[in-house]
Amino acid sequence: MPAPIRLRELIRTIRTARTQAEEREMIQKECAAIRSSFREEDNTYRCRNVAKLLYMHMLGYPAHFGQLECLKLIASQKFTDKRIGYLGAMLLLDERQDVHLLMTNCIKNDLNHSTQYVQGLALCTLGCMGSSEMCRDLAGEVEKLLKTSNSYLRKKAALCAVHVIRKVPELMEMFLPATKNLLNEKNHGVLHTSVVLLTEMCERSPDMLAHFRKNEKLVPQLVRILKNLIMSGYSPEHDVSGISDPFLQVRILRLLRILGRNDDDSSEAMNDILAQVATNTETSKNVGNAILYETVLTIMDIKSESGLRVLAINILGRFLLNNDKNIRYVALTSLLKTVQTDHNAVQRHRSTIVDCLKDLDVSIKRRAMELSFALVNGNNIRGMMKELLYFLDSCEPEFKADCASGIFLAAEKYAPSKRWHIDTIMRVLTTAGSYVRDDAVPNLIQLITNSVEMHAYTVQRLYKAILGDYSQQPLVQVAAWCIGEYGDLLVSGQCEEEEPIQVTEDEVLDILESVLISNMSTSVTRGYALTAIMKLSTRFTCTVNRIKKVVSIYGSSIDVELQQRAVEYNALFKKYDHMRSALLERMPVMEKVTTNGPTEIVQTNGETEPAPLETKPPPSGPQPTSQANDLLDLLGGNDITPVIPTAPTSKPASAGGELLDLLGDINLTGAPAAAPAPASVPQVAQPPFLLDGLSSQPLFNDITTGIPSITAYSKNGLKIEFTFERSNTNPSVTVITIQASNSTELDMTDFVFQAAVPKTFQLQLLSPSSSVVPAFNTGTITQVIKVLNPQKQQLRMRIKLTYNHKGSAMQDLAEVNNFPPQSWQ
Amino acid sequence: MIKAILIFNNHGKPRLSKFYQPYSEDTQQQIIRETFHLVSKRDENVCNFLEGGLLIGGSDNKLIYRHYATLYFVFCVDSSESELGILDLIQVFVETLDKCFENVCELDLIFHVDKVHNILAEMVMGGMVLETNMNEIVTQIDAQNKLEKSEAGLAGAPARAVSAVKSMNLPEIPRNINIGDISIKVPNLPSFK
Repeated sequence: MPAPIRLRELIRTIRTARTQAEEREMIQKECAAIRSSFREEDNTYRCRNVAKLLYMHMLGYPAHFGQLECLKLIASQKFTDKRIGYLGAMLLLDERQDVHLLMTNCIKNDLNHSTQYVQGLALCTLGCMGSSEMCRDLAGEVEKLLKTSNSYLRKKAALCAVHVIRKVPELMEMFLPATKNLLNEKNHGVLHTSVVLLTEMCERSPDMLAHFRKNEKLVPQLVRILKNLIMSGYSPEHDVSGISDPFLQVRILRLLRILGRNDDDSSEAMNDILAQVATNTETSKNVGNAILYETVLTIMDIKSESGLRVLAINILGRFLLNNDKNIRYVALTSLLKTVQTDHNAVQRHRSTIVDCLKDLDVSIKRRAMELSFALVNGNNIRGMMKELLYFLDSCEPEFKADCASGIFLAAEKYAPSKRWHIDTIMRVLTTAGSYVRDDAVPNLIQLITNSVEMHAYTVQRLYKAILGDYSQQPLVQVAAWCIGEYGDLLVSGQCEEEEPIQVTEDEVLDILESVLISNMSTSVTRGYALTAIMKLSTRFTCTVNRIKKVVSIYGSSIDVELQQRAVEYNALFKKYDHMRSALLERMPVMEKVTTNGPTEIVQTNGETEPAPLETKPPPSGPQPTSQANDLLDLLGGNDITPVIPTAPTSKPASAGGELLDLLGDINLTGAPAAAPAPASVPQVAQPPFLLDGLSSQPLFNDITTGIPSITAYSKNGLKIEFTFERSNTNPSVTVITIQASNSTELDMTDFVFQAAVPKTFQLQLLSPSSSVVPAFNTGTITQVIKVLNPQKQQLRMRIKLTYNHKGSAMQDLAEVNNFPPQSWQ
Repeated sequence: MIKAILIFNNHGKPRLSKFYQPYSEDTQQQIIRETFHLVSKRDENVCNFLEGGLLIGGSDNKLIYRHYATLYFVFCVDSSESELGILDLIQVFVETLDKCFENVCELDLIFHVDKVHNILAEMVMGGMVLETNMNEIVTQIDAQNKLEKSEAGLAGAPARAVSAVKSMNLPEIPRNINIGDISIKVPNLPSFK
């Protein structure tokens, strides 16, 4: 058969194709030719064929039949063949195919080849796609090459070692002796990769980190190298835009950061050099800024002295004013990281940050928005809120949901007055009404009920808002609820804050009915509207007949939810009219429920399972006691009862049960299926400041305040505080709210809190707010425990904590004995 | 760690794709398409950083890109890499390509994909930066190319002749010599008797 065409010809041919179909045809023809050529086992043209195959693979066509051919090429003696073969292996093979193990022997031989370039190829391939089995087999060879004097091979071996360590962490110790002399090299390539290797080892294992700090005196060595780089004059070899090897400088700074974190001695040793780099680096080009950026990050991360930190923040401030967008972007990102620890310093740059909200660049706007929320505090709330509301008006839709949630949280925390708070909420609802998250509606309603004196003003404003436009669902839902509750205030024109408007009962019912009929209203909104109309039957005097008519019409609605409501309300009118006024009475002031996403309280003994639980009905009966048995085994005591998870109740408030079924809008956010995962999952994933607002509050309406809170556990940076509430109506129940906070510099993940109490008590553990305790006390996990103590014995508790910290699993047991007497007497 | 390096043109046609984490072939193509989609929407004077698309890891990963004439160079990295440093790395990569190919243009990348891969392999290995010194890289590449040529044997004779003529000290150095049909068009050399 004729000689296969060259790669160049193939490319040229494919480029002449005018349509996708033509291209596909050409490629198929060529694939067939290649396949028959492979079958002929022709050595001379194999390399050409594989090269063509790789090109077709890049365009997206299947090329797996070339995998074995790559192996044959690797086994060949010619360098050209090996080159293409290894390239093919890297592109076509990965550890999921069994074929790749056949390479191991070839690579082993090539690692010992006489030509350094062949050794280099083998190292490269192993470092790119070596699986854990291959790495285990070949680690010895790599280690040998790490000690060679050939700098070309040494640097490749170093990176290959990094890959091996990533795949098989147990082999890390093997490379330790080879690292002793790595930093004495003159060759910058070797230095660079050695620093990468050391960084990887330090990040993976705290023991290694300690070893390097103390025994190897790594920090002085690195400082010396960095100093040489800065002080030495112009070196044409490593110069990039006037700075000597910026890549190496950046790497060293990063390693210094890891070494200096949480270690005073190392941080001390670095202070001078960091100050020197920060002040001497030229900032006119991107390279200088890259180094400065890394320096700033390092300064903020280690235990540097305060003067240095101020210098770092000022550098970031200068970055913010830079014309280059990239610089501003990284400045905003790093300020976000440091805002928790150096809040005041960052506040100084607040106005610049707020200006960035108006930037045209989407990435910068997002960063600026997050940072602005972090900077809001009691002093600047009014000014900041104005800016943020303006931003909400004009920003892209993808931001609106986050911005709205952020504004709500900030307003809740720092609102200077109730009226201002309500106004802000109104503004958000009217400008970004359709982007507000579904779980915000119950929160808002709660907020409104709490500000008793503002009811008339609120309902009036809401009424005016939906008069014009009732397409924004969250706004309509809140408005419908309020009108239902406070319709009488609206009609009687009692508003003090504003000019009262003249509204008749019929007009109110008109608007509610139009919401019911409108195509834009979702099923949830309609439910709200119908219930509101029903409530008005006790508040309004002259339109009861009209209400009766409306309600009876919906008794035959296609929507099952509406139908059920209408039928029940009808029954209320007909058979239970005597109960109607009592049932539809004004709602009591609601205290905040633990908001966890969906407001169903789930018994999982401390573990959150957000997604599946929204759609499943609440489990009846006790859950498997396997977890309880673990606790028993561990604690060993005979007088400790396990935690008994009980079937959840829908709401622990003291309002009547039937009321809750009818008016359950508040608890069950009408359509949990519509937004289940987004409601709960983002709560955990969002930056810590958004979680702060979701701390749990007293569950009972009538609480006895004044019980001192205690610190139940404080060790290794983890602190757990207990706050107590007791109910006057049920004195044997104590509600304990735990708050777990983390003062170390790394987050604690998969945090699980378990508790056990003596036999005479009963314990109920509600689900926690999240399973991650963010670092630096930036947020807390809250969880509610209910203890039943009928015999009024002294409260004792054993707690077990499990979490992941710094890459390792931690576990601790403790006994809590310091309960204040008011909590159980 | 660098997760992927992609080069594609203004219409989304991939010119080079290298992944440092195992993805299936379908996923690879999808990632290329998604990345092109994200990057081509960007204006000219916004910053060069983007959140990664969903396929490549979402918000943990960033896309750092540079637009040169008709080509986009996109590096997908995770949070352990310095963003500004990667921008510089892209610059060094392009300058190295320039040196190896002499005024590199898109056609060079199209017709010499394997060579571009070799150059990239000298700079980035296993997702980590190996060498950033341009001269060093070029030296290594030249040495390896020489090794390849020396192996070519008889079939490489025309190529050797071509490079011999190229490196001769002539007043006019021939540029376009077609190896395929072995017709070497050398311009008139009056002094060559």
